[in-house]
Amino acid sequence: MSTAAAKPVSYRDALNQALREELARDPDVFLLGEDIGRFDGAFKVTRGLLEEFGEARVVDTPISEAGFTGLAIGAAMAGLRPVVEIMTVNFVILALDQIVNNAAKIHYMFGGQASVPIVLRMPGGGGHQLAAQHSQTLDAWLAHVPGLKVVCPSTPEDAKGLLKTAIRDDDPVIFLENEGLYGKKGPVGGPDDLIPFGQAVVRRPGTHCTVIAHSRMVWVALQAAEELAAHGVEAEVIDPRTLRPLDLETLANSVRRTGHAVIVDEGWPEYGISAGLATHLYEACFDWLDAPIGRVNCADVPMPYAKNLEQAALPTPSDVVAAVLANIGRRVA
Amino acid sequence: MSPDATTQHADMRTMFRSMILIRRFEERASEEYMAGRIGGFLHLAIGEEAAVVGTVTALRPDDPLTSTYREHGQALARGTDPRAVMAELLGKSTGLCGGRGGSMHLMDKERAFYGGYGIVGGSIPLGLGLAYAIRYRGGDQVAVTMFGDGATNQGVVAECFNMAGLWDLPIVFLILNNQYGMGTSLERSAAEADLYTRAEAYGIPAWKVDGMDVLAVRDAVTEAARIAREERNPACVELLAYRYRGHSMSDPDTVRDADEKERWRARDPLITFERVLLGEAIMTADEIATMKDEVQVVVDDAAAFAEESPEVPVSDLADGVYAHPWNDNPRGGVLMP
Repeated sequence: MSTAAAKPVSYRDALNQALREELARDPDVFLLGEDIGRFDGAFKVTRGLLEEFGEARVVDTPISEAGFTGLAIGAAMAGLRPVVEIMTVNFVILALDQIVNNAAKIHYMFGGQASVPIVLRMPGGGGHQLAAQHSQTLDAWLAHVPGLKVVCPSTPEDAKGLLKTAIRDDDPVIFLENEGLYGKKGPVGGPDDLIPFGQAVVRRPGTHCTVIAHSRMVWVALQAAEELAAHGVEAEVIDPRTLRPLDLETLANSVRRTGHAVIVDEGWPEYGISAGLATHLYEACFDWLDAPIGRVNCADVPMPYAKNLEQAALPTPSDVVAAVLANIGRRVA
Repeated sequence: MSPDATTQHADMRTMFRSMILIRRFEERASEEYMAGRIGGFLHLAIGEEAAVVGTVTALRPDDPLTSTYREHGQALARGTDPRAVMAELLGKSTGLCGGRGGSMHLMDKERAFYGGYGIVGGSIPLGLGLAYAIRYRGGDQVAVTMFGDGATNQGVVAECFNMAGLWDLPIVFLILNNQYGMGTSLERSAAEADLYTRAEAYGIPAWKVDGMDVLAVRDAVTEAARIAREERNPACVELLAYRYRGHSMSDPDTVRDADEKERWRARDPLITFERVLLGEAIMTADEIATMKDEVQVVVDDAAAFAEESPEVPVSDLADGVYAHPWNDNPRGGVLMP
C-alpha cells in the first residue's frame, strides 16, 4: 500500500473516493442512478460529486431501473464507462432483463464486436428491520451468469481498490456493497492502488478450520474466530473478494491444510453461493476433508420484520462458532 | 435532367436493389432452413422491405441503429456482406458474429448496426444509451431504434419514452407495426391502436405513415432524423406494414385471415415501387430484370459461401465470454496501470 493510507476512512467514503478519482481521471466515466445527485445517494456514497462534476456526469434518473440500466449498457457499447447505482439490490430484479439478456451476452453473442464496460453498484443485506422486500442478498442470482464479473468487498480498502478496477474493466461488473458496511472504517489505498479481481485474501490465519466468508459475513466470521480462539480453536478466515472470478486456489490450499471448511453466506442456503463454493471445494479437496463442509446461511425464509425474528434469520458469530466446533468435533463446556 | 433528380433517381435504384436483395436473401434463407441447414428460429421480414430500406436510406451511415430479432434486412441495407450474414445464419466460423449469434443476433458495429436482440422491447434502452453517448460526446449522429407493435406493450418502452423526452435525447423510435405480436393481433393487445400516440404522451413528436411505401417511409424517417439531429429532440414514427410469412418459420400462419393476407399482398412494396420506377421512367423493364438477376447471383454466392464455410471449432466454445478474461491478468501487482 503506497500513499494516503494513514487516516481511517469509512467504506462509504472509500467508495466516494474511488468514484471521485475515476471521474477526474477519465472523462468517459459518468454516474447515473436514482437520487445520486442532489440527494447525494440513498446511502450518501455519491456525496458532493454532482457539485464537483456537474449534471452531465452525475445523472439523477427517474425510477426506471430497467430503462436506465439498459441506457447505461447502450452507452457502454458506444465506449463510455457508466457507473450505475441501483439503490438497493432488491431493485436490481427490475433490471435483470437488461443485465442478464443484454450486458452479459453482448460481447459473446455478437462475436466480440462490442464490449460492455459498465459497473452496477448495489447494496444488499439485512439487519435493519426493513422486512422481506428490502433485506435480500441476491449474490447467487448474479454470480450464476457467465459474462458478468461479481465483486463483493468487505473492507474500505477493498471497496476503493476493487471499484477502481471495476470501472477500468472492459466487462460488465456487478459491484455488491452491503448496507451494514457503509460505516466500517479502515485504511484505504491511493489513486493508483488497484486491487485485481480473482485474488482471495486471508483475513486471519489459522490451522484448525477454514472459514470462507464474503462481504459483511467476513466480519461475522472474524468475530467468531476471536471467540473460537478463546477456546483454543484457530480458524483461518478467507475472504474471496470476488465471486466471479473466484480464486479457488487460495480457498482450496487452505482447506487442504486444515481439513475442515465452514462457509458463511448471508444469502439463502438453497442453490446459492455457499452451495456453489462447497461444490468447488468437494471437487478440489475431497480427499483432504476430515468432515463434511459446514454452511451457515440466512434462514430459508423471506426476511421477517420483527427484530427478534430477523436476528434469528441472519448468520451470527455464535452460529459460526457452533458450526466450526461441530465441524472439528469439539464441544465447549 | 437536373443533378438533383439524377441523384434522386440513383438513390431510388439503390433502394430498389436493396429491397430485392432482402427479399431474395430471405427467400433463400427460408430454403436453407427447410433444408435443415439453418437451426433455431428464423424470422422473415418478407413484406416489410419498404420499412427497412426506407429507414436505412434516410439515415447517415454513422447513425447507430438497433433492431429486433427480425433484422437480416437492416444488416443487408446497411451494406453488410451477404456472405457474412448467410454464414451466420448457418452457424459458420465465417459468420458475421462467428456463429455465436445466429439469425436473431446480427451485429455490424463497423457499419453502426448495433444489433438484433431477441427479447421483445429489450433493445430499446440500448438505443437510448447510444443516443446518450452521442449527446455526451457532442456528436451530431442520431440513434435509431426499431421495434415492433408487440414491444410497445412492454413497460420499459414507457420508461424510454419518458427519459428521451425528459433529457431531449437525439433518438428516433421506429415502431414497425406489422399488426401482429406473434399470433395476437393489434386489436386484441392494444387499448389504443394508434401506437405512436404513446410517444406523444411524453412530448415526443410522433406520427404514422404507410410502411409499405418505401418513399413515404424514407421521407418520414428523414424528417424524424432531422428533428433528432437539428432540434436535438426525440421523434417517433409508426410504420404500418405487414409480414407475409408467419411469425417465424415454425409458425404455420393459420391465425391470420386469408383475405387480409391477400389484401396486403396486393400492396407488395416491391411491386408497387417497381411500378413507380417504370411509370416515372427511372428504370426500364430490362434494367429491372438485369438487376434482379444480378441480385440473385449475389444471394446464390452468399449461400454457396456459407454452405462451404467451415464450422466453428468446438475448442473456441468459451472464447469471447469476456472482453478481458481474468486468466490474462497477472497475479499480484497493479491490474491495469
